[in-house]
Amino acid sequence: MVNHNIPLHTVSTADSADEKKVWELLNTIPDPDIPVISIVELGIVRNVDVEEHHITITITPSYSGCPAMNVFTEDIRKVLTENGYADVRIKTKLSPAWTTEWIKEEAREKMRKHGIAPPENDPDGEFIFMQQKQVTCPRCGKTDSKLVSQFGSTPCKALWYCNTCDQPFEYFKCH
Amino acid sequence: MNTKEALINYSLRLADNSMIAAQRLAEWNSCGPYLEEDIALSNMALDFFGQAETMYEYAAQLSNNNSTADMLAFRRNERQYLNCLLVEQPNGDFAFTMMKQFLYSAFAKYLYEALSASNDETLKGFAERSLKEVKYHFRHSSEWLIRFGNGTEESLTRAQYALDELWRYTDDLFCMNQIDEELISTGISVSSDTIAAKWNFTVKETLQAANLIIPEKFNVIKGGYNGIHSEHLGHLLCEMQYLQRAYPDAKW
Repeated sequence: MVNHNIPLHTVSTADSADEKKVWELLNTIPDPDIPVISIVELGIVRNVDVEEHHITITITPSYSGCPAMNVFTEDIRKVLTENGYADVRIKTKLSPAWTTEWIKEEAREKMRKHGIAPPENDPDGEFIFMQQKQVTCPRCGKTDSKLVSQFGSTPCKALWYCNTCDQPFEYFKCH
Repeated sequence: MNTKEALINYSLRLADNSMIAAQRLAEWNSCGPYLEEDIALSNMALDFFGQAETMYEYAAQLSNNNSTADMLAFRRNERQYLNCLLVEQPNGDFAFTMMKQFLYSAFAKYLYEALSASNDETLKGFAERSLKEVKYHFRHSSEWLIRFGNGTEESLTRAQYALDELWRYTDDLFCMNQIDEELISTGISVSSDTIAAKWNFTVKETLQAANLIIPEKFNVIKGGYNGIHSEHLGHLLCEMQYLQRAYPDAKW
């Protein structure tokens, strides 16, 4: 009886050690568009499942057409293979949709230091003209800013302008 | 028509709507009125291409006949395309494109909102994510129309012309056929009646803010979801599919 239980127990410990290691490895993969934060911090990795060396990683894409998504999956395979995890399956889960709420707190600070205003306050919504929200400038911390364009250099960012610094900045769209 | 066949057809409709809207927006690439706007148009095209890819992949997976997303996008003829007539209309000037974007994104917004409650997991996930994207498109085009309508006589005239030309294609958005009947009865899709009511309300509100007058409906044209298209789609597909037709299976 005891002997029967030990191997099972050992397997699950090994799996959970692998699981922890895989999370750590994934956390070293940068978001190609914002290299200061990792794909784990971005919140697109939803689950890691290890079962006797078979690894299943579930990701939820951030934007439909985000070209970075293909880079993510290639990077995941590369990093895991290099570290001895060859049997990797990457699953896409669409629902619930990715939200900026999943971005980890420490990542927001990293974004700010990198010159990108992290998502803040309420979702961007459908406010037209006057009901525009204020965004905090990542450089001076003032909120006297204006929207230049809802669309920026990547699908996840909008272009803003700080009236205090008289400088443009990027804002990570909030939704 | 069983549920699976209906679902494949409906997935293709969603994919084709996004694909053709994307292709039209991509035509603006490097021709936008100024840099930020050029980037905006390309960003919206990218959203639509991504949406199309998701639905083509789903249709290919359901079809179970070795078809792929690329084959569905690049090897079907215009009669096999199931997009609405509105998205295939040529871009015209910037006001014309924005009017098209406005009428379509308002529709997509309410459609995706409704499909977010679908009992099909993939459609639900697709709709939840795409809804976030088209809300930005809707806001972007609404703001432009309000600017045009309250700008100069020239901008007002052009926006009004666009509305007069495009209004006839809007009934087509809400058409339903036996595909819809099957999917509504199984809780996968929704009746377009409620979508139409919300669309009418929002569109009228914005057009009013833009000082634009909704024209009398004349020469109403329908049939996109049944594969009946305007002559413009064939030309669009010629350009879009050229490479895959000339060099099948070419990879980037």
